[in-house]
Amino acid sequence: MSTAEIERQWTTRLRKRATGHLPPEKLLPDTQPAYVSSWIYVFGVTTLAALMLVILSGIILAIRGPQWWHSSSIGHFVNSTHLWSVEIFFFAMIVHLWGKFFMAAWRGGRSLTWVTGVVTFLASVGTAFTGYVSQTNFDSQWISTQAKDGINATGAGSIFNVLNLGQMLMWHIVLLPLAAVLLTTIHVLMVRVKGVVPPFEEQNGATK
Amino acid sequence: MAYFWSLAALIPLNNYGHYIHWGVIDISLANFIVIVLMIIAFIAALFLPFPGRSRRKESR
Repeated sequence: MSTAEIERQWTTRLRKRATGHLPPEKLLPDTQPAYVSSWIYVFGVTTLAALMLVILSGIILAIRGPQWWHSSSIGHFVNSTHLWSVEIFFFAMIVHLWGKFFMAAWRGGRSLTWVTGVVTFLASVGTAFTGYVSQTNFDSQWISTQAKDGINATGAGSIFNVLNLGQMLMWHIVLLPLAAVLLTTIHVLMVRVKGVVPPFEEQNGATK
Repeated sequence: MAYFWSLAALIPLNNYGHYIHWGVIDISLANFIVIVLMIIAFIAALFLPFPGRSRRKESR
């Protein structure tokens, strides 16, 4: 195979494009800019850590099933771990969102980073909602019967039936987590490509 | 185990929820507390010194 043919291969072009945009030292950097040493920059990675715990506890719940998480002590513990890691996930994500909003984190060509963050938030809300209606207890029955009127009023009830436990569980453990994790991965890669947004004074050239 | 149950009894979960009504705003006390905690965390994150920040500034 000639060099020209190798250069034309989609694998060669994709590799060159990927390593051009995101060389290894940029993907896993050794240092961060000085302005990142602030507590407000901690909430993004807190959200990521909570997401990992959500997925890990969710995998254990999926392996053992509802009988286990309703009736055994360890099941209760993992079920509660799943709930509280979601609470931490949303808590940290909201503070992260406020921090990024007030520092206008879409500056410097970072609009796609901001947009993927917003869409990840929406996907996470959907994932949490389908989780609440998939608990298989009185709480989930109450939430789904309350939510059905709102969902039906939008017209979405014809394809998204919150009273259909099987459908809600599939959305909760397959479709929406896939979307949330994929979007989070794109979001983090965008942060690595464009770098962490600097404070306004750093962008304007002034230093404290 | 007895310690665990005494801790759980601090927050009774078998009663009706408490709600705050303020004009058109109608929110459960639990959600209100979480929002207040998020605001406190946000403000604290802006003003609390980050460990090692002064050392990093000097090395710039």
